[in-house]
Amino acid sequence: MSAPALSSDAVIGLDSARFAQHLSQRAYLPAWWLEAKKAAFNQFNALPMPSRTDETWRFSNLKGIDISGFTLPEDPATQIPNHTRFPQTAEIVFSNRQVVGRSTVPAELAAKGVIFAPLDEALKTHGDIVKQYFQKHPASLGSEKFVALNTAFTSSGALLYVPADVEVALPFVVQHTLTGENVAAFPHTIVVLGPRAKATLVEFFISGGAANERQLAAGVNDLHAAEGAQLTYVGAQHWSANTLAFQVNSIVAERDARVLSLNLHLGGRQCRHESNSRLLGPGAHSEMLALTVATGAQEFDQRTLQTHVAPHTTSNLLYKNALLDTAKTIFSGLIIVEPDAQKTDAYQKNRNLMLSDTAEAHSLPGLEIQANDVKCSHGSTSARIDAEQEFYLRARGINPVETRRLLVAAFFEEVLEKLENEDLHVALTGLIASQFKR
Amino acid sequence: MSSLEIRSLYVALAATPDKPIVKGLDLTIKTGEVHAIMGPNGTGKSTLSKAIAGHPDYVITSGDVLLDGKSILEMEPDERARAGLFLAFQYPSEIPGVSIANFLRAAVQARLAEGEELDATAYYKRLYSKMDLLKIDRKFTSRSVNEGFSGGEKKRCEILQMAMLEPKFSLMDETDSGLDIDALRIVAEGVNTLKGGELGVLLITHYQRLLNYIVPDFVHVMYDGRIVKSGDKSLALELEAKGYDWVKTELAAATA
Ligand SMILES: Nc1ncnc2c1ncn2[C@@H]1O[C@H](COP(=O)(O)OP(=O)(O)OP(=O)(O)O)[C@@H](O)[C@H]1O
Ligand SMILES: [Mg+2]
Repeated sequence: MSAPALSSDAVIGLDSARFAQHLSQRAYLPAWWLEAKKAAFNQFNALPMPSRTDETWRFSNLKGIDISGFTLPEDPATQIPNHTRFPQTAEIVFSNRQVVGRSTVPAELAAKGVIFAPLDEALKTHGDIVKQYFQKHPASLGSEKFVALNTAFTSSGALLYVPADVEVALPFVVQHTLTGENVAAFPHTIVVLGPRAKATLVEFFISGGAANERQLAAGVNDLHAAEGAQLTYVGAQHWSANTLAFQVNSIVAERDARVLSLNLHLGGRQCRHESNSRLLGPGAHSEMLALTVATGAQEFDQRTLQTHVAPHTTSNLLYKNALLDTAKTIFSGLIIVEPDAQKTDAYQKNRNLMLSDTAEAHSLPGLEIQANDVKCSHGSTSARIDAEQEFYLRARGINPVETRRLLVAAFFEEVLEKLENEDLHVALTGLIASQFKR
Repeated sequence: MSSLEIRSLYVALAATPDKPIVKGLDLTIKTGEVHAIMGPNGTGKSTLSKAIAGHPDYVITSGDVLLDGKSILEMEPDERARAGLFLAFQYPSEIPGVSIANFLRAAVQARLAEGEELDATAYYKRLYSKMDLLKIDRKFTSRSVNEGFSGGEKKRCEILQMAMLEPKFSLMDETDSGLDIDALRIVAEGVNTLKGGELGVLLITHYQRLLNYIVPDFVHVMYDGRIVKSGDKSLALELEAKGYDWVKTELAAATA
């Protein structure tokens, strides 16, 4: 890695002076993009912070949402951890705001029109694609202020574009690494699959420095599957133990498209995750999956929306939380079936495995059905670890921590086995296992 | 040679500590020995074996259990297992989502020194050879622990675990129930080879049949939480012929 360039920027908060400077450094980018950033910065300032009376923030620890005193990191860290390895097509690694590692897309795929580039580069070379899909369908589940902040300061992220009929077997990987005290990351990744295309993108969100660095992350994804496309997205989050994180997924599936999204939540102090699937064409399917290991005093706050716009669409949501210590999880999910969306099949399940008596799991499932010929169900369960299973493992000499690891892995398996890619399955299992140390 | 000593042991349910189930039981097992315990349903045989293994449902209200002269009562269940105790469960738990391979791997890994990594190739080689010996299909390694197993398959899986973990003392709680005659022979062969080495066995059974294959050095009759009669293998035959009423009458006569 080359020596980081010294920056003349003073470390200040995310104020208008800092924003003006951020913009001026990007003068080479398309005008529409700079305008969008300006509008977003104004929106960020105009929007209120979440408040008690706001239904979309029910049960959230609002006092924990303190975004003051953060700035943009200037230089990449000299040492950054790497995500778990598995066979991949290409990767882009960010440290703070810079690209520090990048492998090129195989020539044969590039020749077919596959684009995989850092967002800033894609804005220059393929600005039209970015413009077409950037925040085309904002998620709007409560974090609009932080999405606006993301747009204003977008710092890392990528565009993956796979044209019609191109299938890519191995995953594309984007790693965001944030290092430093009081610094913020604003990742934004856009995945666009053309008709009948097939691809997987795995995104890692990792803190690179001391385990307790105070950090802020506000990330956004736009995932778009055109007619008959098959998109798999995995987001694996392992921020520092003192990170306040927001991540907002927007998922769009057109006719006969299939999107599987799996978000793995491990790190952070307080993490809000929002995901909205829109099923726009008949035959579209969205598989919405999430796994959370909540330990210590962590809070994971997950809000979802399954919007069935077209008839004959299906969605299946399964969010599983393993809770230890005094951790807290919130799941709030809504299924909306619009009037035209007859023959919708929509399922929503939140399952909590309680490994501690002092952990807290809230579940707020919801349905809003405007069509009359649909199949919808939602439910939530909280169960303790099975004492007989636990004893069986202990009786074989397996220590308490390892016993929990095995039982949590067993609990998660129902979600992980939905991944087609076995290597990815193994990599995520390993990442989860790393949360259970002796 | 190792020894497992059970001294005037009283065991109750943790919820009702004043109502003992095991009521002053004494028994010493040495490695190389096979002790059979027979006794009517509900007499406390499983309670005894689970309490020794450290099951949290039970409390030992008095007495002691010593492994090579040292009490194990303060040890956690996993420590007892690593110290060399093995319980073959009467009703093994099903653990959906944990494969046999991963489960046994964790159990074998648990016995390695801190920081020592398991040699995966050697592990699988050993696992497969034990499976072949016990005539368990290798496909079972990827199946979830006991999930959907037949009664006999569960018991064979218990024996596979015992073979992999090489305990000093094995408490086998009705391992013979549910086994077909071929499986019984295989299990018996397994135990017989192991006991030639450094293994002591406590065999809880209702059937003399098993004892034709695993010849016990001692047979004990357990009744109402105690051992009321001990003898050699002929005692099992006598029990089979006369039933438990014979023991009851003898007991009544003795206490009258
Ligand atoms: N966990 C428990 N909860 C309630 N009662 C229990 C429990 N464990 C044992 N008991 C009771 O204690 C007594 C002894 O049970 P135990 O299972 O030890 O008998 P056993 O000798 O193994 O019988 P079997 O030959 O039928 O296996 C029975 O009356 C049983 O109902
Ligand atoms: Mg029993």
